[in-house]
Amino acid sequence: MGVAAGEQLELRVTPDRYTTVRYAGASGDFNPIHVDEQFALSVGLPGRILHGLWSMAQVARAAATVADGDPLSLVELSVQFRGMGRPEQEIVLSGEVVAVADGLASVKLEARQGDVRLIRNAQAKLRLP
Amino acid sequence: MPREKIGKRYPPTTYAVGREKIREYALAAGFDHPLHHDLEAARRAGYADLLAPPMFVVVYCASAFQTALFDPELGIDFAHLVHGGQAFSWSVPVLAGDEITTTLTVKDVAERAGLRFDSFETVSVNQRGERTALGTWSTIIRGAEG
Repeated sequence: MGVAAGEQLELRVTPDRYTTVRYAGASGDFNPIHVDEQFALSVGLPGRILHGLWSMAQVARAAATVADGDPLSLVELSVQFRGMGRPEQEIVLSGEVVAVADGLASVKLEARQGDVRLIRNAQAKLRLP
Repeated sequence: MPREKIGKRYPPTTYAVGREKIREYALAAGFDHPLHHDLEAARRAGYADLLAPPMFVVVYCASAFQTALFDPELGIDFAHLVHGGQAFSWSVPVLAGDEITTTLTVKDVAERAGLRFDSFETVSVNQRGERTALGTWSTIIRGAEG
């Protein structure tokens, strides 16, 4: 494996119209701001918003690409949530390997949707194959 | 602001990990690796059953986290609640058929610049007492008074 500091990674994901509905069922988080357009509008949101932990899962997917997608590679992941994500708009997850030592890669990442930064200062640690 | 609740620990919650729940979560979150979906692939790789994606931690910890959020002693104002940050570290993998027990502790309750910052720690272990994940859950409440 040739993972080295400085290596860039990118993953693009577009949540579809019903992603938040499927994720609500899968995660148990049925907060109406994620699944009910009228409710979301009534509390001043631009419409239904993505679950933050769904967006964090996309960061986890992006991070795992440095370990060939090995699902057991992720050892640590921390994120800070910022802007609100929306269905049916592309999200760009981008990152950089900041260090490789003792079989572990440290990666920093962020998630953007258009001009909105959904997640900043994400830090992942992955065990390399 | 209930700073005296720092250190409060809630009764553990136990979650039984189902094979179809792993598939459902993995599908909803985009984890398409065969080890989360294909039982034969998981068994060929040496696992007794489907492997949960690491982020499945949010499923087996959800009940513990919600217990704290709804604790009247913490007085969390849902209308102004925001998920500020999240951190996990993972140890032993989780498979379908496992029973995961999670204990949540209030780690901090603080106020800065009119915002209230709470943080919670979850420690999750499987049926053999092996740690599967440690989580730090950070919430922000806007417009907190005193």
